[in-house]
Amino acid sequence: MKISPAHIIRLYDRFEFLDKEGSGQLRLEDFAEVKELAMNPIGDRIIGAFFSPGQETVDFPSFVRILAHFRPTDKNRAKDSTQPEPVNSRTSKLKFAFQLYDQDRDGKISRAELLQVLREMLGMQVTEEQLESIADRAIQEADLDRDDAISFEEFRKSLEKVNIEHKMSIRFLR
Amino acid sequence: MAWFVFPFDNLVCMCLGISITVWFTLLLVFIIVPAILGVSFGIRRLYMKTLLVIFEWATLRMERGAKEKNHHLYKPYSNGIIAKEPSSLEQEIHELRGSANSLRSEPEFEMADIFYFCRRGVESIVDDEVTKRFSAQELESWNLLTRSNYNFRHISVRLSALWGLGVLIRYGFLLPLRLTLAVTGVGLLLVLTTMVGFLPNGELRTYLSEKVHLICYRICVRALTAIITYHNRENKPKNGGICVANHTTPIDVIILANDGCYSMVGQVHGGLMGIIQRAMVKSSPHIWFERSEVKDRHHVAKRLGDHVADKTKQPILIFPEGTCINNTSVMMFKKGSFEIGCTVYPVAIKYDPRFGDAFWNSSKFGIVNYLLRMMSSWAIVCSVWYLPPMNREEGEDAVQFANRVKAAIAAQGGLVDLLWDGGLKRAKVKDAFKEEQQKLYSKVLVGDQDQDDLSEDTLVPDERINEDDIDTDSVKGLCIQCEPTPEHIVLTHESEKGYT
Repeated sequence: MKISPAHIIRLYDRFEFLDKEGSGQLRLEDFAEVKELAMNPIGDRIIGAFFSPGQETVDFPSFVRILAHFRPTDKNRAKDSTQPEPVNSRTSKLKFAFQLYDQDRDGKISRAELLQVLREMLGMQVTEEQLESIADRAIQEADLDRDDAISFEEFRKSLEKVNIEHKMSIRFLR
Repeated sequence: MAWFVFPFDNLVCMCLGISITVWFTLLLVFIIVPAILGVSFGIRRLYMKTLLVIFEWATLRMERGAKEKNHHLYKPYSNGIIAKEPSSLEQEIHELRGSANSLRSEPEFEMADIFYFCRRGVESIVDDEVTKRFSAQELESWNLLTRSNYNFRHISVRLSALWGLGVLIRYGFLLPLRLTLAVTGVGLLLVLTTMVGFLPNGELRTYLSEKVHLICYRICVRALTAIITYHNRENKPKNGGICVANHTTPIDVIILANDGCYSMVGQVHGGLMGIIQRAMVKSSPHIWFERSEVKDRHHVAKRLGDHVADKTKQPILIFPEGTCINNTSVMMFKKGSFEIGCTVYPVAIKYDPRFGDAFWNSSKFGIVNYLLRMMSSWAIVCSVWYLPPMNREEGEDAVQFANRVKAAIAAQGGLVDLLWDGGLKRAKVKDAFKEEQQKLYSKVLVGDQDQDDLSEDTLVPDERINEDDIDTDSVKGLCIQCEPTPEHIVLTHESEKGYT
């Protein structure tokens, strides 16, 4: 499904709505105003994904570029290695999710980073020991080269069978 | 040259005098006398039908113009812009995993789990259910008011001329007319209620006070050109009960009081509002609280309880949402009014947004600005449904009762029934909501081993907003519901015209 100019206008309307100060840029506080996001356990991480490292504001083109990751995948795209990877391909979506885990952007999900995500998703509902054992098992499952961290390739391999195209896509109405 | 001016001057004075007399006579005959007698000539409904025809023409014209010039006509959709799957957390996580692994005996975390939260998060950034309830609803067709149009460009001379004519009529004719009526209505209210207050207590006084209130509210309704359709009037609230309704604007009070006599509940104000309150209380029993008394939960409950126990007193009018919502949904009802233990008469109010958006966005406009906008719209058209009375059932607590009433109101008015607290307009989301999500997710991981947790398995915890969480700096206006009211009682909103 193609993105039409009308969809861009809708997104711009939403951008303007979130931009309470009318500055043309979104800040962290603007994202935090979204009530449903505040109740999402990894809400802060998702907000962080919109900001490039070192940036404190998001302008509209960057906003749309991040959201473009969630466009439904074009299944009929011919695999052309000379063309750059489209931003909504399976690989790009995987990279987006990988970066949610890998906050220091060193290309690996370390044990500490995994623990952090688990703590956010589970809060006070499990004990520290349970958390550690869950993290251990997860790393054991995915870590193939035994370096106690999960690289992007290992991440991709462990998610081979998951229907990412469907789960990481947002469809516009009409 | 001097003698030329005098006759001309005289002529102007005479003309002015005649036109003012004619104006007031027309006003009296067509508006005030019918208000007093409670009859209607049907002028407003004719006006409404004419307007509808004009709006449809205007929208068609705009669409045609846009097609000719090959512009994309932007049509706002009030139902949201993205497709949201209504599946729950458990369903989605199992779907994510089902494709990946076989059954395991031990709970496992999957790297794929994050996709669920990630997508939900981004979906709420693009379009969320709660935040859009606090801003005006978007319309599908244009009603010739620039304030509700996204496509206004010079499409055709005729359309712009029509719009210009509309501005002239609204600001030059309708607005002064309405202001005159409003002033008359309020003035009459003050004078007549004071006069009735001098009579001794008895049947005559009650009867007259009812009539006086009705007359003044009818004039106010005409001052706003409100075209109201009442449904199911056999269910009208009776003495000794509480009337609850969904809240969109301070005008709700006038709309309901136009058809019946209610006791208002509110804080004592100063200025013009205070004068009106004192005058009203002289002729019929309203409940006004001092600021200090509002915080005392027992005192408030007692006063309300005493009022409903006395069967000669009128039903109380309360808006349990606590704040103005934009009339597309009904938000959480605060339980205080449902604890008193008397019959509850639910009322659903639905505004037709095509003629003028009645929602008061108190963070954007002050009360005076809002009233001026209302008086310069075309009309306020709404439907009021009186629902059958409800009582608290055996084994039902106040919160469940409140939710039951809320669901009935939402169903009747065609509004979305939301569990969210209207107080979120100004307050931060409490951490308890995040904990609920974490709880649900941990159940998927760890399994249903903790049976005690299951009893609290409601999607929205019964938490209230604390007063310190609310940012009082952003509170504007004099309405009581903007102030951090204690969670147990919500007071009827009273509006103030022109005096701050």
